[in-house]
Amino acid sequence: MADAPTIAGKGASFDVTAFFRRYAALTALIVLLAFDFAVTPNFASWQTLNVNLTQVATIVIVSVGMTLVIATGGIDLSVGSLMAIAGALAPLIFLSPFGRAHPGLGDALAFIIPVAAAGLLGMFNGWFITRFQVQPIVGTLVMFIAGRGIGQVLTNGNLQVFKNPTFQFIGLGRILGVPFQVIIMLALVAAAAWTFRRTLFGRQILAVGGNERAARLAGVPVNQVKRWVYAISGLCAGIAGLVVVSINSSSDANLVGLGMELDAIAAVAVGGTPFTGGQASVVGSLIGALLIQLVRYTLLANGVPDAAALVVKGLIIAGAVWSQQRGKFT
Amino acid sequence: MTAPLLGMRDIDKRFQGVKALSSASLEVAAGEIMALVGQNGAGKSTLIKVLTGAYRRDGGSIAFGGEPIDFASPHEAQRGGISTIYQEINLVPFRSVAENIFLGREHRRYGLLDWRRMNHQAAELLRRFAVELDVRRPLMGFSTAIQQMVAIARAVSFKARLVIMDEPTSSLDEREVAVLFDVMRQLRAEGVAVIFITHRLDELYQVCDRVTVMRDGRTVMTSLMAEVDKLHLIAAMLGRDLETVRAHATGFSATSAKAGEEVLSAEGLRIGRKVRDARVEVRTGQIVGLAGLLGSGRTEVARAVFGADPPDAGTIRLTGKEVTPREPADAIALGVGYCSEDRKADGIVPDMSVRENLTLGILPRLTQMGVVDEARQRAIVDRFMARLAIKAASVEQKIRELSGGNQQKVLLARWLCTDPKLLILDEPTRGIDVGAKAEIQSLIRELADQGLGVLMISSELEEIVEGADRVFVLSDGRTVADLPHTAASAPAIMAAMAHEDPAATGTANG
Amino acid sequence: MSAGTATPAAPSRQSSLAWAGQQRVLIALVLLILFGALRYDHFLGAYNVLSVLRYNSMFALTSLGMCFVIMTAGIDLSVGTTAACASVVSAVLSPVGLFPGLLGGLATGVAVGAINGFMVTRMKIQPFIATLSGMLMASGSGLLLAHNQSVSVSYETNFTWLGQGDLLGFPTPAWIAGLAYVYGSILLNFSSFGRYVLAIGGNEEAARLMGLPVDRVKFWTYVQSGVFASLAGVILAAQFGAGQPAEGVGWELFSIAAVVVGGTLLTGGVGSVATTLIGVLLLGLIFNVLNFENGLGWISLSAYWQSVVRGVFLMVVVMAGSGAARRAIRAA
Repeated sequence: MADAPTIAGKGASFDVTAFFRRYAALTALIVLLAFDFAVTPNFASWQTLNVNLTQVATIVIVSVGMTLVIATGGIDLSVGSLMAIAGALAPLIFLSPFGRAHPGLGDALAFIIPVAAAGLLGMFNGWFITRFQVQPIVGTLVMFIAGRGIGQVLTNGNLQVFKNPTFQFIGLGRILGVPFQVIIMLALVAAAAWTFRRTLFGRQILAVGGNERAARLAGVPVNQVKRWVYAISGLCAGIAGLVVVSINSSSDANLVGLGMELDAIAAVAVGGTPFTGGQASVVGSLIGALLIQLVRYTLLANGVPDAAALVVKGLIIAGAVWSQQRGKFT
Repeated sequence: MTAPLLGMRDIDKRFQGVKALSSASLEVAAGEIMALVGQNGAGKSTLIKVLTGAYRRDGGSIAFGGEPIDFASPHEAQRGGISTIYQEINLVPFRSVAENIFLGREHRRYGLLDWRRMNHQAAELLRRFAVELDVRRPLMGFSTAIQQMVAIARAVSFKARLVIMDEPTSSLDEREVAVLFDVMRQLRAEGVAVIFITHRLDELYQVCDRVTVMRDGRTVMTSLMAEVDKLHLIAAMLGRDLETVRAHATGFSATSAKAGEEVLSAEGLRIGRKVRDARVEVRTGQIVGLAGLLGSGRTEVARAVFGADPPDAGTIRLTGKEVTPREPADAIALGVGYCSEDRKADGIVPDMSVRENLTLGILPRLTQMGVVDEARQRAIVDRFMARLAIKAASVEQKIRELSGGNQQKVLLARWLCTDPKLLILDEPTRGIDVGAKAEIQSLIRELADQGLGVLMISSELEEIVEGADRVFVLSDGRTVADLPHTAASAPAIMAAMAHEDPAATGTANG
Repeated sequence: MSAGTATPAAPSRQSSLAWAGQQRVLIALVLLILFGALRYDHFLGAYNVLSVLRYNSMFALTSLGMCFVIMTAGIDLSVGTTAACASVVSAVLSPVGLFPGLLGGLATGVAVGAINGFMVTRMKIQPFIATLSGMLMASGSGLLLAHNQSVSVSYETNFTWLGQGDLLGFPTPAWIAGLAYVYGSILLNFSSFGRYVLAIGGNEEAARLMGLPVDRVKFWTYVQSGVFASLAGVILAAQFGAGQPAEGVGWELFSIAAVVVGGTLLTGGVGSVATTLIGVLLLGLIFNVLNFENGLGWISLSAYWQSVVRGVFLMVVVMAGSGAARRAIRAA
């Protein structure tokens, strides 16, 4: 809950153990960084930073939307499938005869249409959940199952290989040496953190998650708020899908975003946003994702097999959530 | 008197250094109904939780049936013969009545559950309390009173020697309360002791033998019920002298206000099966009471007017405009506010700060281009914290940490800051201690005098009789009386409530 | 439970909510079978029926374990990777014999289930996160043990009989799944454990106050889920001749879908074992019907449509269910 103190922390006396429990993920991240600087070979390099940030960017982008959804007390299992749809659509557009005839317009549409489509499907999730009063986990399970199928049907399951520097700037480009997707990631995190802190929408999200019935009776447009968070989650997934296919120079609807829903949820959970809703920390989700990524990197860089890193990842997720809960109860 | 069944002596309990109980004591004899009363925070429920093993005591001794006891959990207490019926009924709504009675010690036959026997015994058990129903149906299909009976039947079937009832009547109507009291008397006749906790003092005199009063974690009085009158009881609870109590039976001073223009008029409301033909009218500067037994459709009418559950038929005029609000937001836009009956479920957003809770309704108006103007927000919060004398460590404190009375004030402020023309208050003083209650009541009067229209729902007749300038009485979903202040005496209102059609009697049994 | 509705004593019969759902999915299954039988030759042929049963028995098993967990208002995301890990363990042990392979697999499930149960009941981690963690641990362990490759099972012993064999003309896996469902049905309706599962899912606080062993029951539902998942893993290894550490991806969500289609509420407290089986068969048959449709050759539906159709089907079931739930609540 990195951005919590300005909201709730005033007047509370400073307690060291409470601080470390509360910021378990951040503390772990700092300890791990210290370890890496001391032990891991070639850690203190620009390249290492870029590799890690690049790998974590898509997860963070998806986690931003996921944080909003979880703050309303919901969950979005469909993000991976929406990534696959966006990833499938983009090459279809700029490789189409129209896209080839008008490269500028084609590339622009290859950004806009897939992201908009993912946003609309996200909006559909929200509509389905609110209209039929379905549990979010079931409501988005529909899109999880059907969405990847849609992506596969669009491409007939084929791998689309391409080379389109303009379009691929989103995944391969750099501004002042910083990978473009990292800039997108930071911009989205900042925007979402600002939304929670300063805007009506942010407070309405927290009110809906904190007590939905009370929020409705206080005039909060509950259903509308929910539809928007799922739509935003869809938009984030769409952007992440484009980043992934750009990096790969290819789009495979069978694989793009596979398992992303769980990675993003894990990042949000490690970051300290509770599943019950009503509280949120976007910066926490960023830290959570960074922590998970850095643990994996550290293990691989020190010769531990990837499979073992999976086990450690599992332990980290359980450990982080456990320590936050202890922090809350004491 | 012989040795008591239960003897709790010199019980101490601290929470993080704060004393919740200090040498509290409680004695109950077999076959006795003991009332346990006190303001919120007096230590009643802490004492009960110490008894049933939900909390560990820091000092003192407990003897039950002559033996010293030290239960580690409510379950152990239950096996030891002490059963508790909680305020929120703690049964499993999806499961059948019989299952709820037998969960935890099912009958088996050949290693498998013996449904026939359990159903048979459950029906038998309930029959003892004059309740006839299909025990195989899920509990959720029955009224609160029946669910309460099932909980009691469960306790009795555990061969309980002491049954603790924590505010069992708070959601029952008067008929159901009468049935519950019969059950309590039946328990007494069978030699079972009962500890009865309630906020409704009138009820004590109907069933209790003795009363124990708690204040600030101490036991301040134990007396035979017949030897203490209500005023003395209140005085003991409050720790105030008798004169101040007598002056303010409620916080209302019955100034008959001059009624202004109409802010609400609803006619011919029909909502689901509960409301058939309701009418209500409120003018500015007026407190209008909406009286009726539980289940008479009071809350449903309020929610319909507010747009929370739109009516199936009928006309609603708000501030002169004929509209049917579809969402609370519609009604709020017209200048209506609604404080619901259940603060916890429908009012507060527990993890948000006092500041955010207070401004939840007005927030859209403090927003430009989606961004909240925090300076204006803070100014409003400061103004209403002072005006309503809300006690909180800071405006950033989480609202769930506040006392019930202060939470209610924040919720009132949530609406007052929107400058409403009509405020609907559903049980505004339920579950609030006596001191804060009077404060809130006089605040409501003050607001009405300043021109606010108030529609007040209350189960407490005194509140309606003393507070309302006009009273509408609902019975079985119909408005059956419309009484001006002068005619709204307690007997008149009760007479109107009693007007009911025979079909209503059946619904109490499910 | 739907099969058990004939016994008047079964309390679920009175639960109109679950009952309406049971009827609905049963009718849907019958209609789908009728549709297939009328439209395609060989749809009801022995070969097709037996292979559908053989293949879907694995999902039936993971869904059965999931069903109990969901009835306690929990969830188990680890069933897929538990199956994968168990398939590796049993493949490794298969040269020793059928039983060592089987028991080794089951032990894997017990271990993962116990870890999940420990995290949920002792560490008080939400089931979603706890089993997500368990899922990663099982997956990692399987991959480590198998060195990221599939592990061939031994054909020297009769281990493969568990996946490829027959008993009285029916595939062994179908027998295993069938027996598991009979066991599950009895456990739910005629044992205290089953009633506690439903009571905990319906109102955990009340169950605790009633003195039910809440944590113990929850713990065992996770262990049981692990066991059924690992049984599926053993069948996987035996059926395809190899322990497959990377298999099982998405099984958890498929199982959840099957349980939901079967009318069990994710909020817990209401559920049925028999309709979970119907849910599994419905989702499985959709795939089967699409294959036949392609076989007709009139239209060429790519295999990828099956996900879309399954998703839409789940949506329709949920929509219908939500209406039924609303009506039931209003009537109550």
